[in-house]
Amino acid sequence: METAVENKYTYKDFESDQEVRWCPGCDDYVILRSMQKALPEMGVKKEDVVFVSGIGCSSRFPYYIDTYGMHTIHGRAPAIASGVKLANPSLSVWVATGDGDAMAIGGNHFIHVLRRNIDLNIILFNNEIYGLTKGQFSPTSMVGQKTKSSPYGNTQPPFNPGELALGAGARFYGRISGNSPKDISQMLIDAHHFKGTSLIEVLQNCVIFNDGCYSNVTNKDVKEDKLIFLEHGKPMIFGKNRDKGLVLSNLKLEVVTIGENGITEDNILIHDAKEKDPTMHQMLVRLEYPLATGIIRSYNDLTLEEREAEVTKQVKANSKFKKIDDLFFSGETYKVE
Amino acid sequence: MIVEKSNIQSEALETVVIRFVGDSGDGMQLTGTQFTDTSAMFGNDIATFPNYPSEIRAPQGSLFGVSGFQVHIGSVEVSTPGDNLDLLVAMNPASLKTNLYALKPGHTIIVDTDAFNRKNLEKAQYKSNPLEDDTLNNYRVVKVDMTSLTREALKDIEGLDNKTITRSKNMFALGMVYWMYGRTTEYTIDFFKKKFRKEPLLIDVNTKVLKAGYNFAETLEFIPNAYSVSPAKMASGTYRVIMGNTATAWGFLAAAEKSGLELFLGSYPITPATDILHELVKHKHFGVKAFQAEDEIAGISSAIGAAFAGDLAITTTSGPGLALKGEALGLAIMMELPLVVVNVQRGGPSTGLPTKTEQSDLFQALYGRNGESPAIVIAASTPSNCFDFAFQAAKLALEHMTPVILLTDGYIANGSAPWRIQSVEELPEIKNNKVKEGADNWSPYIRNEKTLARNWAIPGTIGLEHRIGGLEKDSITGNVSQAPENHEIMTKIRAEKVKRVQDDIPEIKTEFATSGDLLVVGWGGTYGSLHSAVKQMNLVGYKNIGLAHFNYINPLPKNTGDLLTKFKKIVVCELNNGQFVNMLRMNFTGIEFLQYNKIQGLPFGNSELMEVFKKLIK
Repeated sequence: METAVENKYTYKDFESDQEVRWCPGCDDYVILRSMQKALPEMGVKKEDVVFVSGIGCSSRFPYYIDTYGMHTIHGRAPAIASGVKLANPSLSVWVATGDGDAMAIGGNHFIHVLRRNIDLNIILFNNEIYGLTKGQFSPTSMVGQKTKSSPYGNTQPPFNPGELALGAGARFYGRISGNSPKDISQMLIDAHHFKGTSLIEVLQNCVIFNDGCYSNVTNKDVKEDKLIFLEHGKPMIFGKNRDKGLVLSNLKLEVVTIGENGITEDNILIHDAKEKDPTMHQMLVRLEYPLATGIIRSYNDLTLEEREAEVTKQVKANSKFKKIDDLFFSGETYKVE
Repeated sequence: MIVEKSNIQSEALETVVIRFVGDSGDGMQLTGTQFTDTSAMFGNDIATFPNYPSEIRAPQGSLFGVSGFQVHIGSVEVSTPGDNLDLLVAMNPASLKTNLYALKPGHTIIVDTDAFNRKNLEKAQYKSNPLEDDTLNNYRVVKVDMTSLTREALKDIEGLDNKTITRSKNMFALGMVYWMYGRTTEYTIDFFKKKFRKEPLLIDVNTKVLKAGYNFAETLEFIPNAYSVSPAKMASGTYRVIMGNTATAWGFLAAAEKSGLELFLGSYPITPATDILHELVKHKHFGVKAFQAEDEIAGISSAIGAAFAGDLAITTTSGPGLALKGEALGLAIMMELPLVVVNVQRGGPSTGLPTKTEQSDLFQALYGRNGESPAIVIAASTPSNCFDFAFQAAKLALEHMTPVILLTDGYIANGSAPWRIQSVEELPEIKNNKVKEGADNWSPYIRNEKTLARNWAIPGTIGLEHRIGGLEKDSITGNVSQAPENHEIMTKIRAEKVKRVQDDIPEIKTEFATSGDLLVVGWGGTYGSLHSAVKQMNLVGYKNIGLAHFNYINPLPKNTGDLLTKFKKIVVCELNNGQFVNMLRMNFTGIEFLQYNKIQGLPFGNSELMEVFKKLIK
């Protein structure tokens, strides 16, 4: 079981002996270090941690962390991780994946793992481009985006990963900017403690093939005005001066200014991540201004392992078979002398 | 006129082949299974062959909607469901039309005359009623108004709907056949009591109809003689009737208990493999984790995850599913994890013949992956030895740390046979390559010197944290390596590791002759047909024919080459267009291999094989 660790680790305990080989300046380094810093805070033993990845830049992730890990095949990490977790539910299982890996080739596994709610954690590195194959559009690339495989502009409308995840029944979904290491670490810790599948979408810059893809919302000078960082139980307020907020108007989220037109803080919506009904969470993930970050949904539900354990307990209690021989010799048998 | 049973001369037979045929909804599979189980209880050796359409409910009365169940019972060893029929029970015109070819001239047909109406005759494309013209002149036809008699038998039960009445007429037919072969109805009545526990009315209905059929046969003037098939001589022990797919599932249960590991199945439904999933999912009380995944790829992928985490991991599928699993199987080979992939073969390519048997996935099993990716390939050859080879597949995977493909096929998977129950205690030990906490100088690619199996360090083990993956790895450290020489070394190690399995598998033995004029070679599910044909040849005086039947395909048994040189001619018989034969040609250049192939979705027939062999011996 994941019990508290007496001798506390530092991030160095989670550095593997392998040289990290991402492009200089890649946000992947931020995510890696945020993870290595978050792991000692989780209270989990390093031998109980497993990282599973598919194919892509992000999928090199397991090689760089000194826990158990598997770098597998394109798109299949959620299915492989599901097997690890079902085989041994006491492990802390993580999936590192990218937008192509998770939502193109691995789209089927991605939606089904969320539907089942197995207690594992998925970090989605979303840079809206294929990096490892050198610059083709991905399922999250914008319409019109010029890439190597869309020289005249992308004509395929994108997925909104949060919307897709919530549609597939995700119980935990968080979105976070790739340039905010402390917030990433905290979200990873929260995801670890959440029972059920947690999905963290990191808005990750690709310095080579899609540089600045999020700069209009994540650059330091605009970030506070363009992003809202949601926290459960707190009002939906954002802006450099903390004077902007969200209200519900005609079934839509609307940005208002506190202090104008009689608006006070009391008028601003309170974020309820734990609400079962995902309607508000869906509205939040679709919002373009401000772009919603933070833990948008964190609804507690039974995990697949818990459901399975319950059924197994009942079957065991009612079964007349204690060992395999009991089964083999049960029912209609006959003797030959 | 009532004829006393004691007055009837009972004809003693060694073996009898019976086929029950009717519409998909006529319950022929149940009828056949009941006859099989009752005969097994009686002590006969048995072999069965269900043959049903891929449509769940094909249009009523149509030629392609015919469902059949063939059973071969014997007082002597029976190794196939038989080819020519002694008795055909046909519930409608379409089933008569599509099955008459198999009945031996002069033998018996039982028909339900009520079903031979204008509409059904048209659907079966009969221009005139075969019961009235000369179509059946060469046979002994027992015409029974089965539907009417069933209705009559049930007239005292009030409130029965027409559907329930007509649906139970199969039990009337079964009752008749029970009487003909001196079987009792008890076993089947007990079966009704269990099956319809919650609907007592149906116990009553089915029992009444079964007995009515039995009594009707007894009183029937025109059944000229009754048949008896005495119990067969079989090795002593406790037996049960088992289907191939169930035997496969149980082999894995036994392997899990024997190895002390938990069993994980990742699977996606596909005909004709799904019954393995159905069976294993029942056994949560043994800690079996059966996971129905979202697709074939997730089936094998979840199993790979479970193998990494330390379970005995398996995935089950059929042809097209193995194609989908190919990439992940390559990953398991690269990561050197223990994994069993069961492929219950069916007719291909593509969707092909989903409910018919074939042996055409051999090449796919051997070569169907990118890169140099050798897998251990073994094949079961009878419904009951599916148990042994499932167990063996698990043992080889765990002891050699590499995936094993177990090939069965629709024919043996759905067929049933007596199985001498093996208690877990009498099964061989299964070792594994797990490493304990704190092992010194540890690396995941340290190998067992004899088998070349690598260390298996499972998550949760302190101090053995490591990363593996689909990229080529350094042969010593296991870290990612693109070094040219290293890739060659690793490729050869993976091949050598599979080759060394030869040290742990038995040598192949020929049956009937160790040298001579003709060696019949087969593999997998054709064993029953080939064994029976070669045996028959032997009985009629051809003493120089041997049979070599392979269960181990990759690697082949060590003595294969020697054995092949002992005969003047070799014929390789397969239910495909010639796959094993070409593998042998590739491995044993200089030896001439003849081939006999059948690709009709059907097993070999006995007389068909004997004709081939006779021609070759001339």
